[in-house]
Amino acid sequence: MEPFTVLTAAAVPIDSPNVDTDQIIPARFLKQPRGDGYGRFLFHDLRRNEDGSLKRDYILNRKPFAQARIMVGERNFGCGSSREGAVYAIVDHGFRAVIAPSFGDIFHNNCCKNGVLPIVVSAGLAAALRGQLHAAPGATMTIDLEAQTLAAPDGAAHDFAVDPFHKHCLLEGLDDIRLTLEYETDIAAFEASASAEAPWL
Amino acid sequence: MAQPRTMFEKIWSRHAVVARDDGQTLLYIDRHLLHEGSHHAFDMLRKRGLEVRRPDRTFATPDHYVATTGRELSANQDPERRRMVEALEHNAAAARITLFGIADARQGIVHVIGPEQGLSQPGLTIVCGDSHTSTHGALGALAFGIGASDASHVLATQTLWQPKPKTMRATLSGRLGFGVVAKDLILAIIAEIGAGGASGHVVEYAGSAIEGLSMEGRMTVCNMSIEAGAKAGMIAPDDATLSYLEGRPYAPEGEQWRQAETYWRSLPSDAQAEFDREVGLDAGDVAPMVTWGTSPEDAAPITGRVPEPAEEPDGERRAAVERALDYMGLRPGTPLAEIAIDRVFIGSCTNGRIEDLRAAAAVVKDRRAAVPAMVVPGSGLVKRQAEAEGLDRVFTGAGFEWRQPGCSMCVAVNGDLVMPGERCASTSNRNFQGRQGPRARTHLMSPPMAAAAALTGKLTDVRRLAPGG
Repeated sequence: MEPFTVLTAAAVPIDSPNVDTDQIIPARFLKQPRGDGYGRFLFHDLRRNEDGSLKRDYILNRKPFAQARIMVGERNFGCGSSREGAVYAIVDHGFRAVIAPSFGDIFHNNCCKNGVLPIVVSAGLAAALRGQLHAAPGATMTIDLEAQTLAAPDGAAHDFAVDPFHKHCLLEGLDDIRLTLEYETDIAAFEASASAEAPWL
Repeated sequence: MAQPRTMFEKIWSRHAVVARDDGQTLLYIDRHLLHEGSHHAFDMLRKRGLEVRRPDRTFATPDHYVATTGRELSANQDPERRRMVEALEHNAAAARITLFGIADARQGIVHVIGPEQGLSQPGLTIVCGDSHTSTHGALGALAFGIGASDASHVLATQTLWQPKPKTMRATLSGRLGFGVVAKDLILAIIAEIGAGGASGHVVEYAGSAIEGLSMEGRMTVCNMSIEAGAKAGMIAPDDATLSYLEGRPYAPEGEQWRQAETYWRSLPSDAQAEFDREVGLDAGDVAPMVTWGTSPEDAAPITGRVPEPAEEPDGERRAAVERALDYMGLRPGTPLAEIAIDRVFIGSCTNGRIEDLRAAAAVVKDRRAAVPAMVVPGSGLVKRQAEAEGLDRVFTGAGFEWRQPGCSMCVAVNGDLVMPGERCASTSNRNFQGRQGPRARTHLMSPPMAAAAALTGKLTDVRRLAPGG
């Protein structure tokens, strides 16, 4: 995956709480092979009319947000289904970071596996950021993962916390299977002792 | 004396292969379950040139994309959906993974067949690329859903890197009232704590109301843990768990059963164990529940009304309620029991087990459906059992459709759809926008409540319909 270091980009506010992964990508698109690209499925049914044409008033379709690479959401963003297709749609559309007061656990993890940085901020800060983005459509933000800081559209800097393991993987663009294979001896030893303890499995 | 531990802690520490200083644990996975959605994970594995490490710990069944109109592959009219089922068959065969295929009576929804086959056991770690994997926690396992990247990680290494989740205990005291079942209990909990209320936590359900539930009921409760944002849900194994497991195909026997039982009996949380958070509810206060909105937290007793957004003090919540009512086509203040519906779906990993079908059939018996209704058993074995008991004839006699097992109208990717603008009374787990089809409107409820809705054509308090009490 592509390493995440510093990102300066336009951000789009997504105001609803509990944005579930069925909204991010309806299930009927999950059959598609990854190679075909998932970006066109992002928020498909919210974004498009039934004939497939774009709804002009939907926020992602408005011109100032066309180049957005950062999303600022509300609480419990990415809840629901475990479908990694939701993150494929986000990353294939060009997004590299999602900021919200809280995330669905599986979605959060799927983001980290695909080079998308999920950032948890207070509900107050998330609301303030969304407010600034509505007031100045197309405004940019800067996210520095190494320093763990984000610069809001109004220029104010805010620190954020990130799991050190996820930080390391994102900064390096690291594939954790490769890392795990280095623990092969530990896994084999665990399996030997576990099968002695639980021979019925 | 050793530190008192929760059941979660006991299972977690037993499965920790490596614990790193950065808070990550390499967790060993006992069982990995697969459905058609695993095609991404297999593609990733192929791209890296890696093999499946433990095919003997991996089990597959097609459920999401299977047609419910017939069992032969040709019943699946859509070539893309057929290809999804075929890809699973191919991937399982190539990796020597046990497959319960569509021609096999044991095929079914992955979360129904895991317990049914005895694959899901107390004290195990179980994962599947599906958020409702929490279902298996009903047997005292640590079971959770994962994405495709993690599924490929498990296929390759039989492990996962995990930060340690927090623990929550949900104590359901008292007894369930007449007409109130496990689904009502979990909807009441979600309404209470919110769709993100258990985020980051493994929830252990405890208390007399939980102990009194059948295994099927416990599965319904654990199944919907994810709808409160929980990492997993679990219930301590007891006599009911052991008698459910005994004699199942993958359950141990003889001396190994005795060995296993010793381990299983050691699992319940120690009396003094501390949880990061405690919540509680008196089950006696819970009425039959229905959802009115587009999140499982939008649930209320059937005796209630559609909420008035104007009465919401919080601005964001008010906007969310307005959006939900707009999507659902509901007027504030409408009594829930006056909402007319267009169709009924009984099935899913939440409510597609034999007990669910029995409860629905008991309501339906000798009556007629007023709207189109379908029953989709959770597995081939559930279907066979239901037919042996004559439940299929109760349903078909009332005008319900009796289908082949699969996920069907819960996730609506197999061709079973709620039409745009239609309103469905459903025993499934998600009332999200578009979940049952584009512009479909979903009301979640229990099997007896869905059966009652089918008979009257509107949301109905099953307690006013059922005889006795």
